[in-house]
Amino acid sequence: MDGDCPAVNQMWRSPTLRSLALWLLPLGFVAAFFFIPLLRILLLAGENGAGAMGWLAIWRPLRFTLLQAALSTLLTLLVGLPAAFLFGRLEFPGKRLLSALTTLPFILPVVTAAAGFNALLGNNGWLNLLLMRFFSLESPPIQILNTLGAILLGHVFYNTAIVIRMVGSAWAGLDPRLDYAARSLGASPWQAFKEVTLPLLRPALLSAALLVFLFDFTSFGVVLLLGGPLFATLEVEIYIQALQMLNLPLASLLSLVQLAFTGLFIFLSGRLGGAAVPLSPRLSGEGIRKPRTPAQWFFVLGGMLTLTGLLLAPLIALAARSLVSLETGNLTLVYFRELFINRRGSLFYVPPARAALNSLLVALIATALALLLGMLAVYAGRRKSTFSQAARASLVLPLGASAVTLGLGLIITYGKIAGAPGFPILLPAVHALAGLPFVLRSLQPALESIPISLGQAAAVLGASPWQAWREVDLPILRRAALVGGVFAFTISLGEFGATTFLAKPDFPTLPVAVYRYLGQPGVLNYGQAMAMATILLLLCAAALLIVENLNRR
Amino acid sequence: MKQFLLVLLLISLLSGCAPATTPTLTVMVHDSFSISEEVAAAFEQANNVKLVFVKSGDAGSMVNRAVISSQAPQADLMYGVDNTFLSRALKGGIFEAYESPLLTGIPEEFQLDPTHRVTPVDYGDVCLNYDQTWFKEHDLALPASLEDLLKPEYNGLLVVQNPATSSPGLAFLLATVARFGPDGWQEYWKDLRTNNLAVVNDWNTAYYTNFSGSAGNGPQPLVVSYASSPAAEVFFAETTPTEAPTGSIVAAGTCFRQVEFAGIFIGTPNRDLAEKFIDFMLSTTFQEDLPLQMFVFPVNPQAKLPDVFVQYSQIPAQPASLSPGEIETNRETWIQEWTEIVLR
Repeated sequence: MDGDCPAVNQMWRSPTLRSLALWLLPLGFVAAFFFIPLLRILLLAGENGAGAMGWLAIWRPLRFTLLQAALSTLLTLLVGLPAAFLFGRLEFPGKRLLSALTTLPFILPVVTAAAGFNALLGNNGWLNLLLMRFFSLESPPIQILNTLGAILLGHVFYNTAIVIRMVGSAWAGLDPRLDYAARSLGASPWQAFKEVTLPLLRPALLSAALLVFLFDFTSFGVVLLLGGPLFATLEVEIYIQALQMLNLPLASLLSLVQLAFTGLFIFLSGRLGGAAVPLSPRLSGEGIRKPRTPAQWFFVLGGMLTLTGLLLAPLIALAARSLVSLETGNLTLVYFRELFINRRGSLFYVPPARAALNSLLVALIATALALLLGMLAVYAGRRKSTFSQAARASLVLPLGASAVTLGLGLIITYGKIAGAPGFPILLPAVHALAGLPFVLRSLQPALESIPISLGQAAAVLGASPWQAWREVDLPILRRAALVGGVFAFTISLGEFGATTFLAKPDFPTLPVAVYRYLGQPGVLNYGQAMAMATILLLLCAAALLIVENLNRR
Repeated sequence: MKQFLLVLLLISLLSGCAPATTPTLTVMVHDSFSISEEVAAAFEQANNVKLVFVKSGDAGSMVNRAVISSQAPQADLMYGVDNTFLSRALKGGIFEAYESPLLTGIPEEFQLDPTHRVTPVDYGDVCLNYDQTWFKEHDLALPASLEDLLKPEYNGLLVVQNPATSSPGLAFLLATVARFGPDGWQEYWKDLRTNNLAVVNDWNTAYYTNFSGSAGNGPQPLVVSYASSPAAEVFFAETTPTEAPTGSIVAAGTCFRQVEFAGIFIGTPNRDLAEKFIDFMLSTTFQEDLPLQMFVFPVNPQAKLPDVFVQYSQIPAQPASLSPGEIETNRETWIQEWTEIVLR
C-alpha cells in the first residue's frame, strides 16, 4: 500500500493482520447498522418482561414459514435452473432484453405487484374473462388470490431472477473444455452434466438457493397481500405483535427464532458448499453458442414463453392498467399527466422526477457501499479461519433479520438522525446491508476460482498488490461484481420494509410515492399508482439494459 | 477507501443542505396525513419555524413506535392517534397535558381525555360502502343493519379487513361489539363467516382488489371503508360524475366513529411551538384544509365543508361507540377471539 510507511508494510505482509484489517470496515458496518440496533431493541423487549406467549404462538408461524419457503424455493429452482442454462449457455435473439426484463420483478413494490396479479388473475382479471368467454363458463375458473398458490406464485415471480443471474453467470464462466472432454471420453450429455457441470456449478447453485430460501423465509408483503389473513409467516407475525399488539417480548422472541434459523441455514449451506475448484479464467462467452437443433430451438422458445408468462405478464398487465382508462376502457395518458399536477396543493405531493432521482441516488450509494464492503470482505475471507467463516456469516445474517425489528432498533438507536430533515442517511446504509449478501455470494465463488498462482506471477513480475488486483483479479471479478451490483441496486430501488421506518416525507422515493396513491379511494389515485409503478419499471429497465451492455463489452 | 470517503463526503454534503438558522418543529404523523403547502407555510411564516413531518405507519403502528421509542422521542408532538389506540398512548405516558383556549369551541363529545393530554382534531366514520351499479343491476335492497348482512341474499357479498392488521378492520369489529355486546359479537361473526364473508389484511386490498365499486373491479359489492369514501370517488374521478359510483350505509349502529387527536410529547424542548401548532390545528385554516387532504371531518363546527363533501358524504346520526378504556382493556383479547372465529 503505502511504500513510505514501514509499519503499514509490515502489517500488510502478515496475512493474519491483513485479513483483520480488511475485515474492519465490513464488520464495523454490520455492527453499526445491524447488531447494535438489534441488541438495543432486544434489551428493551427484555426490560418489558414477558408478554402473552406460548409455544403455539411460535410453532404455528414457524411451521408455515418453513413449509412455504421450502416449496417456494423448490419451485423457483425448477423455473430458474433451465432459465439459467438458457442465459448461461445459449445465444438467442432478444437475450439481453429478456435478461434485463426478468430482473424487473425484483424492484416492484408488492402493492403494485398485487395489482398486476389482480388485473391478470383476479375474478375480473383478463385471463379469467378470456377463459370464461372461450369456454362459456358461468364463473371465473381461476381462484388463486388469497391461497397458498398465490404466495408460491408471488415468490417465484420475485425470486427467479436470483437463480437466473447467479447460476447463469457462473454457467457462462465455466470452462467448456471440461464438458467437451467428458463428452469425448464417452459420457452422455446427462452424464457430463451430472459429473462435470453440476459439481462445478454447486457453489453458485447453493448460494442462489440459500438467498432465495432466505428471501422466502422472511417474506412479508407477498404473504400479507397475496396470501391474505389465513397465512402468517414469522415476519408477518412479528409485524402484528410489535406494531399492532405492542407485544414486544413475543415479537423479539419470534425475531430471534427467525434469526437462529437463518444462521442455521447459512451454516448448512457452508457445509454443503465444499471447496470451489480453481480454474483458469476463460474468455467470456466462450461456451455460449447459438441453438442449432430443432430441440434446442424448442427449448429456447419454450423458455422464453415460460419466463414471459410467469415474470413479465403481471408487469405488462400493470403497465396496461396505467394506460387504459378505468372509466371508459380507452387508451389514455391521463394518469401520467395527473402525476405532474399537484391538484390539492398538498405538501406531500411527489413530483415523479424528484422521486426517481431520490431513488436513484439512494440506490447508487447503496450499491457503491455494498460493492466496496463486499470486495473487502471476500479478500479478508481469503485467509481461511473460523473467524473468517463467522465474519462472513455475520454479513449474510441481516437477510434473515425481521425488517420490523431492525427498523424499530434503528429508530431507538439513531432516532434523532432518522427524524432530521434532509437526506435519509440511514436508508442507503440499510439497503447496502440488504445488498451485501448478494455481492458476497456473487464475488466469493468467482474469487475462489482464480488460481493463487496468477496473482503470485504478477507479483513476481513486479506488480504492486494494487496493480495485481487491478490487472489480474478485477477483470475476472467484474462479471460477478456486476451481478452482485445489479442486485444491490434493484434491492435498494424496491425495498419497502425498512424504508417505511427510515423514509422521510421531504425526501420521497418511488416505492413510497406509489404507496401513497393507494391510500385513498378513487380511480385517479389507482391509475396514478399504476403510472408511478410503470415509471419505476421503465427506469429500472433502462438501468439494467445499460448494465447488460457493460457486461457485453 | 477513497470511494468510501467520497461517499461519506457526498452524504455529509447532502445532509448539510438545510440551513440551521430557523428552529424546527417535528410532528409525528400517520401515513395518511396530508396538509396543503400554503396552510403549512402559513404556520411556518407566522411562527418563524420549519415544520418537519415524520410518517410512521398507520395509527396503531405510530402509537406503538412512539411508546417503544419514548426514551428518545423522534418528534415534538404527534398527530393522528385515534380513540381505538388512545388509551394505549395515554397509558404509555408519552404525552404532557395542554388545554388549548380554542377547545371551548369544540363539541364535548370529541373531548375524550378530561385531562387534555390529547386534543381532538378531526373525526371520520368507518361505514359499509356499496357499489351503486351492482345493487342497481341486481335489483337488491341495501342492507339496513348489521343483522341484515346475515341474510342469504347478501351471501358472499361483503369484504372486511383483518382487525389485527388494519385500522378500519378494527373499527368495524368494534362496531359489532358495541351492537351485540361483549358476549354476543362472537356469534354474529360465526354467522357472518357462514354467510361467506371475505377477509383480507388491509384496506388497500379490500378496497382496490376485492371491492367491485372501485378501480380494481373486484368480486364483492360491499366493503368496510369510510363514510367519506364516496366523496373521494367523485373528487378523484377522471371525469366528474353527477352521481357517486359508490355509497355509504349510515344506518344507526352500523358505523364506528374514529376521532383523531394530537398530543405533545413529554420533555419536548419546543413546548411553546408545539402548543401553537395544536392551536393552529383547531383553527379554521387547518380545519377547512382537512377534508380534501385526508377525507375526514373537522371537529370545529365553524369550519366550512367543501362542496363535494356536502354533496356526496354522509355523517351517521348514531354511530356505534365504545369508551377508549373499554377498547384498551379488551382490544387484544377481542382480536385474538376474532382470529380464532373467523380465520381458523
